[in-house]
Amino acid sequence: MDFSWMAWTLPTALFFATMIAFLLGMAVWEYVSPGGAPRIGILRFETTRGDRLFLSLLGSAYIHIAWLGFVNLDLWWATALSLIYAYCVFRLV
Amino acid sequence: MNKTWNNKAWFLVLPAFIVVAFSAIIPLMTVVNYSVQDTFGNNEFFWAGTEWFKEILDSDRFWSSLGRNLMFSFIILVIEIPLGIFIALNMPRRGIGVPICLVTMAMPLLVPWNVVGTIWQLLCRSDIGLLGYALARIGIQFSYASDPLHAWITVVAMDVWHWTSLVVLLSYAGLVSIPDAYYQAARIDGASRLSVFRYIQLPKMKRVLLIAFLLRFMDSFMIYTEPFVATGGGPGTSTTFLSIDLVKMAIGQFDLGPAAAMSLIYFLIILLLSWIFYTVMTSSDAET
Repeated sequence: MDFSWMAWTLPTALFFATMIAFLLGMAVWEYVSPGGAPRIGILRFETTRGDRLFLSLLGSAYIHIAWLGFVNLDLWWATALSLIYAYCVFRLV
Repeated sequence: MNKTWNNKAWFLVLPAFIVVAFSAIIPLMTVVNYSVQDTFGNNEFFWAGTEWFKEILDSDRFWSSLGRNLMFSFIILVIEIPLGIFIALNMPRRGIGVPICLVTMAMPLLVPWNVVGTIWQLLCRSDIGLLGYALARIGIQFSYASDPLHAWITVVAMDVWHWTSLVVLLSYAGLVSIPDAYYQAARIDGASRLSVFRYIQLPKMKRVLLIAFLLRFMDSFMIYTEPFVATGGGPGTSTTFLSIDLVKMAIGQFDLGPAAAMSLIYFLIILLLSWIFYTVMTSSDAET
C-alpha cells in the first residue's frame, strides 16, 4: 500500500509514536491498576487518570500554539513548560 | 462493595475503533503532516516546520473569521434558546394540537442544509423573492449581496428558522416530563406563572437546555453549508466564518499547509469547548 499521500515526516511520525506510547502506557496502567484512580482535585470535579492525560495533552497543545503566536523564543521552552504543566495536572487536578 | 473489572470488554470496542481510525484518525494524521509542510501538487512535499502556524496566528484573516464565528454563535444562542423555550411553553400538552405542533416543529429539521441556503437566498432576493420583494414594496431595499448587515440578518434568520425547532422539541420533552404534582403544589401555594417557570419548569429543563445549548453552539461554530450557499461568505468577507475561510484556503487557493495549520487550531478550539461543555453537563448530572 502506498501511503505517500499522507506525507509522513520523521518529526510527525515521532509525535504520533509518542501519542501511541502514551495510550499504550495508559492501557497497561489501567490493566495493572483498574478503575482509573478517580479523585476530586483543585478543579472541584472528579477526574480519572485518563482525564488528566487528556487535560495535559490539550493544555500542552495550547501552550505550544500560544508560544508560536505570542513568544519569540525557542519552541523547546514551550515543551519544557508543558511537561511542568502535565506534572501539575497529574499531581493536583 | 467490590466491583468486578474485566478489561477484556475493551475488545468489543475494537470494531468501532477501526471505523473511527479510517474516518477520523488517519485524516487527522494527514492534516498534521500537511501542517508542517508545503506542496505544489504531484504528491511532493517540502518541510516548513512551524511556519504555517505562525502565519495563521499572525494573520488578521484568521482572527476576523474566528471573531465572526463567535459573534454568530453568540447571536443565534441568544435568540434560539429563549425563543425555543417560549414556543415550548406555549405548545399544547394534550389533544390533537400536540402531534400537529410536533410535526410542524420537526419539519425545518428535515430540510437539508444546502436547500435551506437556497430557500433563503431566493426568499430574500428583491426581484423574485417573497420577503425581499415585500420589503422593497414598503421601501426597504434588502440586499444581502451588497450590504453586510443584510447578509448577517439573512444568515441569522436562516439559522433561527432552521434550528429553533430543535430547542423547542428538547424543551418540550423536558416540560412534559414534569409530573402534574409539581403544578398542583404550585397552584395550592398560589404561585404566579413566572414563579412556576422560575422554580419548577426551568430547573427541570436544565439538563435538556444544556444539551440544546451544546448542540447549537457546536453546530453554529462549525457552520458551513447554509451561509456558503446563501451569501458565499460575502459581501466581501462579512459572513466568512472559519469553516468557509478554511475551505477557501484549502481548495480555492490550494494552500494545503496553512489550511492544515488553521484546521488544527480550529480543532483545538472545538476540542476545548466540547470538553468544557461535557464537564459542565456531567458535573450538573452528578449534582442532581
